[in-house]
Amino acid sequence: MKLFIKFDINTICSLYLKQKLEEEKINFTTLGFGEIELNENLSTEALDKLKNNLSPYGFEVVENQKSVLVQKIKDAIIELVYMEDSNNYKSSVFLAEKLNHSYGYLSNVFSEVTYSSIENFIILQKIERAKQLMLVNEMSLTEIAFLLNYSSVAHLSTQFKNTTGITPSAFQRIIKKRREYLK
Amino acid sequence: MQKNALYILLADDDEDDRLFFKDAFEEVRVQTQVEFAFDGMQLMEHLQQPDVILPDVLFLDLNMPKKSGKECLAEIKQDQRLKNIIIAIYSTSSSEEDIEDTFVQGANIYIKKPSDFNDLKKIINEVLTINWHYQTSGLNRDNFLLRL
Repeated sequence: MKLFIKFDINTICSLYLKQKLEEEKINFTTLGFGEIELNENLSTEALDKLKNNLSPYGFEVVENQKSVLVQKIKDAIIELVYMEDSNNYKSSVFLAEKLNHSYGYLSNVFSEVTYSSIENFIILQKIERAKQLMLVNEMSLTEIAFLLNYSSVAHLSTQFKNTTGITPSAFQRIIKKRREYLK
Repeated sequence: MQKNALYILLADDDEDDRLFFKDAFEEVRVQTQVEFAFDGMQLMEHLQQPDVILPDVLFLDLNMPKKSGKECLAEIKQDQRLKNIIIAIYSTSSSEEDIEDTFVQGANIYIKKPSDFNDLKKIINEVLTINWHYQTSGLNRDNFLLRL
């Protein structure tokens, strides 16, 4: 005996996807056309687990690969800037080794997505760290310049001014006054 | 509103200035959607509507009739719902006192208004890029000061 079965791919897929997400106890809403809104933020591990569970059935979570890479570059830069012995690394080598791509490639992708350069982002992060050290740890500029591997205090001051438009001392004065003012 | 476009609100009473900014925003690489308020009063009325979409960056002219940029800034910083908006003040004044005052009152960015269109484009590019980093890279907004 032969049966002819007509099936609707769309129904199957939505049903299966629904089941899988429910198994994982993920709270979600389907938006149609393969789009799903998760009502919570998943941890990276949970998201990886979900991706693995879906992949044998041909489901794939579509990501913008370039945006993902840019986020990885940023994370690596922040790690580098906050590392104790960051002086021992050259940033281009550190990034290339950490992310397994040539620095040239990383640099192109970064500029394409963010419209700014890796170098500028590193400077922005270093100045951000300098601000914190100044305000929270009350370190002197001399100490900060040494910690962040600047050749001199003048070099740090100049870069601070070029990045923010104001001098480190004006920055400190303004933040202090602002805290009083907004209290 | 487009998903990736930054929503910019600009308050200025001068029509030429609004056009000057509008043209510049259209030419920068970062995608924006720009809306305008025509003076400080109108701006505050707009922001105080209960279900209003708050801008990613608010550009405020310092000198406006009815309600000045400084007055708007002070009101915004007092308002729990509005106080986290990133505020860019711009003015033709480059008096150190004006600049420091607006920073102390909570502005994040101070722009000395250029007369040249290409300079304005450069400034807007820088503001949007750095602001975007502040929104996406875990930088502390309380320490976000930028003078251009």
